[in-house]
Amino acid sequence: MSLGDTTVVPIDGATSSTLSDRRLVLEMEQVTRVFPSDPPVEALRGVSFQVTQGELLGIVGPSGSGKTTLLHLMGTLDRPTTGTVRVTGFDVATLSDRELSGLRATKIGFVFQQFFLAEHQSVLDNVADGLLYAGVALAQRREEARDALAAVGIVERATARPTQLSGGQRQRVAIARALVGSPAILLADEPTGNLDSTNSQAILDLFEELHQSVGTTIVVITHEREIARRLPRQIEMLDGRIVSDTTVGGLDGSRR
Amino acid sequence: MSEVDAGDDATHLALRRIRTSDLSRLASVGLRTRKLRAGLSALGIAIGVAAIVAVLGLSASSESGLLSEINQLGTNLLTVTNGQSLFGTTAELPLNAPGMIGRIGPVSDVQFTGTISNVNVFRSPVIPSIDTNALSVDATSLHLYSAVDSSVARGKFLNAATATEPTCVLGAAAAQRLGIDRVFSGERVWLGNMWFYVVGILKAAPLTPEIDSEVLVGVPAAEKYLGFDGHPSEIYVKVVPTSQTAIVDSVLAATANPENPNEVNVSQPSAALVAQADTQAALNGLFLGLGAVALLVGAVGVANIMVISVLERRSEIGLRRALGATKGNIRLQFLFEAILLSVIGGAVGILLGAASTAVYASSKHWGIVIPPLAWGGGIGASVVIGAVAGLWPALRAARMSPTEALWSV
Repeated sequence: MSLGDTTVVPIDGATSSTLSDRRLVLEMEQVTRVFPSDPPVEALRGVSFQVTQGELLGIVGPSGSGKTTLLHLMGTLDRPTTGTVRVTGFDVATLSDRELSGLRATKIGFVFQQFFLAEHQSVLDNVADGLLYAGVALAQRREEARDALAAVGIVERATARPTQLSGGQRQRVAIARALVGSPAILLADEPTGNLDSTNSQAILDLFEELHQSVGTTIVVITHEREIARRLPRQIEMLDGRIVSDTTVGGLDGSRR
Repeated sequence: MSEVDAGDDATHLALRRIRTSDLSRLASVGLRTRKLRAGLSALGIAIGVAAIVAVLGLSASSESGLLSEINQLGTNLLTVTNGQSLFGTTAELPLNAPGMIGRIGPVSDVQFTGTISNVNVFRSPVIPSIDTNALSVDATSLHLYSAVDSSVARGKFLNAATATEPTCVLGAAAAQRLGIDRVFSGERVWLGNMWFYVVGILKAAPLTPEIDSEVLVGVPAAEKYLGFDGHPSEIYVKVVPTSQTAIVDSVLAATANPENPNEVNVSQPSAALVAQADTQAALNGLFLGLGAVALLVGAVGVANIMVISVLERRSEIGLRRALGATKGNIRLQFLFEAILLSVIGGAVGILLGAASTAVYASSKHWGIVIPPLAWGGGIGASVVIGAVAGLWPALRAARMSPTEALWSV
């Protein structure tokens, strides 16, 4: 298995003849999320959008706009109060906790602002842990981890400890960990939040490269408009609602 | 509506299991990253297990030491003593009892002593007569020490010549209480209103401690000077081969006193020592209890560390959930970590307990015995303690919602 396989979503092909070439990876239909407190907090108030395979989009909004809640729902870490969330066709509401875990293990990759790398492990093993819960043997995990590190361009640091790396390199390791299972969708939560502008640009360049060369579906959540503006599609959120969903014609058009 | 058919993929999603090799690697994460803390909390378990293993090991070793001593002394010595008559008075053994016992086939040696009543022994005539030192004066047959596996520490035992003269041999305790530690010519004690010359001092007789506090006089001399009536009060019977001891035991009373076999007490001195070994083991309950308390404290320590660990590692738990760990995976990881921690402590404790047993037992020249119950129980107890102490923290870790765990940092 290589990263190139990301474009092939392993889903039953019976209905595929009726579909367009690109499949839906993520569907949100009238999704709400209310946190029970006094008074109840409506984090999401009816959000609907779809992400097609191979898309690179940004979800942008100020803090408190519901971005993070949306990320939890997209990543199946949380369930909606009402509405439907489908990830690679699976309706999250119909899946058990174990099945959702399996979905995360095989179909979803996460990248976090804080990297969350284990300091006692080598870079290679950190990346290999991306497949730990997918039922893959250690030797094969490491092999695929090496491929993923090559894809993010730091395979030469495979034996280093995360503490020996710069922030930008650490985020590359975290991205490699998210990519290692060739997930259908990669969710990045403020991936540049802990990085300086140079490293931020480099990470965005990496996302674009993965998007273009491998066709990875990537959702970047950020509060920085500058970052979102670089992406071909931007969903803007405010107060738990989508206020705009803009697709720039081509990737080049998004660049200034 | 979904435009992508999920097919029958959903069941297949849940079938992924974490591998055992991965689980053991995961279980050691917390220990490898926080070595000092893990070591200290394992120490509690180690101390408890070490205490229990050492107590059981020492008790087993001391018992084996005592039993090997008994074996060395032999279990083939039987003693016949005069019991009580029907009316509660002290019965007398017949004069010819030793001779009759000697005719039993497997009996290789018969020796006897006869207590001489109303005769006391003193260092000198000026000692008040109430200071008897609890010593008794007995007439003895000529080879007593060979039958009771004792030997002469100083001087000589009585022989056919000295047995007729006012001479005596002192038991080990008797010599000590009289203040006589060597034999030189002219050494004498005041015995029954006359001087008796000391010809020898016996070594302690572990199987027949009553001889230690006796002052022994030859039968002819006893009859001549002390009014001894010739009735034996204790007959020492050596059986060869040892396997016949029980058979001899069963006929001994009837042989010694055919008319009134119920007035005869027959005992096996080694049996008393075996009973003593068992009593020692019973005393260990106290120390085992202390070890158990140490284990309990250790268990609380492990539980405490695991609770803290779960709190500290929320982000790790969140990350693992995001990477696809099920609740079960998280639960197992923390449960195994607690068990691993406890088992490491238990293993160290067993080594410590075994080492201290070995050191103490070899200093006492006992055989080193670590009962399987001790080390098996030590490992078993630490697994159980780890599981019990880790259960609640593991459940808590698994219950933690992934969103809460990830974004609480």
